[in-house]
Amino acid sequence: MNSCDKAAIICNKAQYREATFLEIVKLRFHLFICKTCSKATEKNNTLTSLCEKAKLQSLSNQEKLKMKEKLKT
Amino acid sequence: MKIIKDVTSISVIFEKDKTPMIQHQLQPDLWVDSYADYLFNFAVGRVSDSEVAKDLVSETFLAGLKSAKNYKGDAAERTWLIAILKRKVIDHYRKTNSKKGKAEVRMNYSSASDAEGDWMEEQVADPYSTLENSVMENEELGLAIQECISKLPKKQSQVFTMKTIEGISTEDICNELDINPSNLWVMVHRARTALMGCLNQNWFQL
Repeated sequence: MNSCDKAAIICNKAQYREATFLEIVKLRFHLFICKTCSKATEKNNTLTSLCEKAKLQSLSNQEKLKMKEKLKT
Repeated sequence: MKIIKDVTSISVIFEKDKTPMIQHQLQPDLWVDSYADYLFNFAVGRVSDSEVAKDLVSETFLAGLKSAKNYKGDAAERTWLIAILKRKVIDHYRKTNSKKGKAEVRMNYSSASDAEGDWMEEQVADPYSTLENSVMENEELGLAIQECISKLPKKQSQVFTMKTIEGISTEDICNELDINPSNLWVMVHRARTALMGCLNQNWFQL
């Protein structure tokens, strides 16, 4: 795995606030030297904010199963 | 003569493109997996109550099943289901507004404006406000994202939904789907990349 791939994975973890401090430091350093990754990170951040803005909701698996059963009867 | 020839060839191509559109078929077994979330988001935007929205979605599926024989196949399955759901939403408001509802005047007096004695002015819409727009935009954005999610491979969309929308922890998802964390992050990465591409086309320049 090259450093850009690693950076992408850390960036995704960071979107869910699951990156460790050390990982974030590594990511920052990589973004400092890699323009492509810093653009990708920017896009990724936008996607996260869009998802938050849209206040998406979804049905849980249980509820879907219930619906399926209802449909069958 | 040459022009006419060209025109016929164009129309043939056009029809070729059209043929897959005509052959829509209903597949009720896949409805819940494919459309439940999309319909749910659509309904929540209109009734702003997730319990009611859930009921409406499941009623929509039942109604769809009942009237499946009326489906002509010129609209896509989802469009057809949305049309049914819209009727269900209208019915819902009719039901809540029947008899008693019609006689009642519904107005919310906020206590602050009550005290001031100028509640009438405060009820008037602010012409410069763009808040209403953002609500609508966000709803459309939600549907656009949902549509993009439904285009992802099943496993990816499942992981992305669990992680992003339901906010389940990495550990729990791994246990439930029987995958390891690095697998999960690769799937999340692929899903996000695909979503960015899809939203780029359907929503705006990301």
